[in-house]
Amino acid sequence: MSKTNIEEINRNIYDIKNKDEYDFKIKKGLTKEIINEISNQKNDPDWMREFRLNALEVYNKLELPTWGPDLSELNMDEIATYVRPKSKMTGNWDDVPEDIKNTFDKLGIPDAEKTSLAGVGAQYDSEVVYHSMKNELLQQGVIYLDMETAVREYPDIVKAHFMKCVPVHDHKFVALHGAVWSGGSFVYVPKGVKVDIPLQSYFRLNSPESGQFEHTLIIVDEGASLHFIEGCSAPKYNKVNLHAGCVELYVKDNAYLRYSTIENWSKNMLNLNTKKAIVGKNAKMEWVSGSFGSKISMLYPMSILNGEGAKTEFTGISFAGKGQNLDNGFKVVHNSPNTSSLVNAKSISKNGGKCTYRSQVKIMENAKNSKSSVSCESLMLDDISISDTIPTNEIRTDEVEFSHEAKIGKLSDKTIFYLMSRGLSEEDAKAMIVRGFAHPIAKELPVEYAVEMNNLINLELEGAIG
Amino acid sequence: MSLLEIKDLHVNAGEKEILKGIDLKINKGEIHVIMGPNGSGKTTTANAILNNPLYTKLNGNILFEGEDITNLKTDEIARKGIFMSFQLPEEIPGITVTNFLKFAKNKVTGKPVKIFEFRDEIKKHMEELQIKPEYSERSLNVGFSGGEKKKNEILQMLVLNPKLAILDETDSGLDVDSIKTVSKGIEMFKNKDNAVLIITHNTKILHNLKVDYVHVLVNGKIVKTGTQELAQEIENNGYKNYK
Repeated sequence: MSKTNIEEINRNIYDIKNKDEYDFKIKKGLTKEIINEISNQKNDPDWMREFRLNALEVYNKLELPTWGPDLSELNMDEIATYVRPKSKMTGNWDDVPEDIKNTFDKLGIPDAEKTSLAGVGAQYDSEVVYHSMKNELLQQGVIYLDMETAVREYPDIVKAHFMKCVPVHDHKFVALHGAVWSGGSFVYVPKGVKVDIPLQSYFRLNSPESGQFEHTLIIVDEGASLHFIEGCSAPKYNKVNLHAGCVELYVKDNAYLRYSTIENWSKNMLNLNTKKAIVGKNAKMEWVSGSFGSKISMLYPMSILNGEGAKTEFTGISFAGKGQNLDNGFKVVHNSPNTSSLVNAKSISKNGGKCTYRSQVKIMENAKNSKSSVSCESLMLDDISISDTIPTNEIRTDEVEFSHEAKIGKLSDKTIFYLMSRGLSEEDAKAMIVRGFAHPIAKELPVEYAVEMNNLINLELEGAIG
Repeated sequence: MSLLEIKDLHVNAGEKEILKGIDLKINKGEIHVIMGPNGSGKTTTANAILNNPLYTKLNGNILFEGEDITNLKTDEIARKGIFMSFQLPEEIPGITVTNFLKFAKNKVTGKPVKIFEFRDEIKKHMEELQIKPEYSERSLNVGFSGGEKKKNEILQMLVLNPKLAILDETDSGLDVDSIKTVSKGIEMFKNKDNAVLIITHNTKILHNLKVDYVHVLVNGKIVKTGTQELAQEIENNGYKNYK
């Protein structure tokens, strides 16, 4: 059979590079002066300036994690942590500068806003350039703002929650985030309010040798519900870009939150993102996660099931190609009786890509009658790709149901022959097998993201399989 | 011109020579049967026609409508109009029967599929083959019983409508009723412009069909060719006269 190999796929719209034009770009590196300058540029209140400086101190004290992918190529002296686009935040797409608007047009954001979303936030480099929400939600008391506005307008609620769920001491990149965070979204859904149509924030990093550090803080109050969608992408550059966002989710008693993400970073990105949810009594937290881009990804969303009867589900897929090391997984702490967690994780690796599923399930002594079921499946498309599963389970009570199932598979020649005998080319056959493998995850994604994921799979497989 | 012509075909599976010089001609409108004991090379013959890369052709040619297809890729051969029903059909999780058929139909015809007509066509064939309607939305072959997989192969044959259908042990492991259903499927498929090659070691599937030629394959060679009576003789006496 003929073999073709291309190393760099054309990611089409995702690779559109706009000129690196900005209103302000901070000099590279990470010093007290730089943090102070970011704070000046952002007009931080005093408490936030102090918060940043304290986080920097913590950052300087913490070591790089050594248990995962090698991060030694990251040199913070080469990264500009704050890039303000040449655009003011607006609620009207017409006011967004042409090239930035074009980018979001091509990513389908304004279209999706018209047809399937209740609100949209769009961030370009370090600042949110567009934010808007439907009036009905405003009238119901829903707050959906860019994070900076929230800091100004809702200081008490922000102060009470900001980096309380993910404290700066958690790890080095959370501390970094605390020092240089910029942009992101704030959502508050009042008691009993059901937001039926999703809100979506999209994060686009255009500037080379820079970082994106958006902060997302969502509070779903008692009995309320929300579906929040997060999208991320960046064009490819030759030097390292860094993404160290932070997502803090508070799901109060009897509330429901679904948080869907597609991370489609370019392959020069180090994606060191931190996401955590605190889940109250009889509340439910669902994570849906697609991780495609980035050179290195270390992403382990976490649910802390604090309330009795709290539930969480994680549905995730990673796809690693040449030169990619995606170290992803899920963490859960069962901290109350009758809690449950359900994990369905899949990974695909090809052309020497590496996917690791790293997970942690902790069931505390008081979490009687809890259930946890973990299933992870990986598919390797060739002999040079790598797949690994590293589960850590800590179960401190006997009165639980716990299961962990891991399956590692390869594309089978027999299956490919079967499909080819039905007229499918070798590429079509492989793409069909991969699509089918990914289907249980894709069907959980918002429609446009499921389509995006299928396109990504096709892009990744087009002419690229040996 | 024959629809299919095989000339002096020698085929290896791994290091082992399985087919040791096969000659076979199939014309439009005919039903051929290859019978033979286990290990005689029946399945290898089917796989060699579809050019399964797990088998190596040492010598010989395969012509389809006069064109040499010996070394074409499997999907190109399929698009020329050859279909094979598998002895052990593969499972494809996450791809429904309907979506699979739609995709395959589009590939073999090179034309877009009209979705509503197509769904009706699938539904009709599923009824004919007594396949439960909910199977159209299930993942292809996943969790299907042996019999259900075989019926699904016949469904694919009817939908893709090839010029030559090769049925490799489609009857094995089927109960009497399922064999009847499969025979009915073959009858529905068959017309004067296409042909069927049935590979079997069992004659039950032949009872309801009008077979034109029966070939006895032993140890990689066709040792006798006859008509339907030959199948009857083998049913009575086995292969002991042909070793």
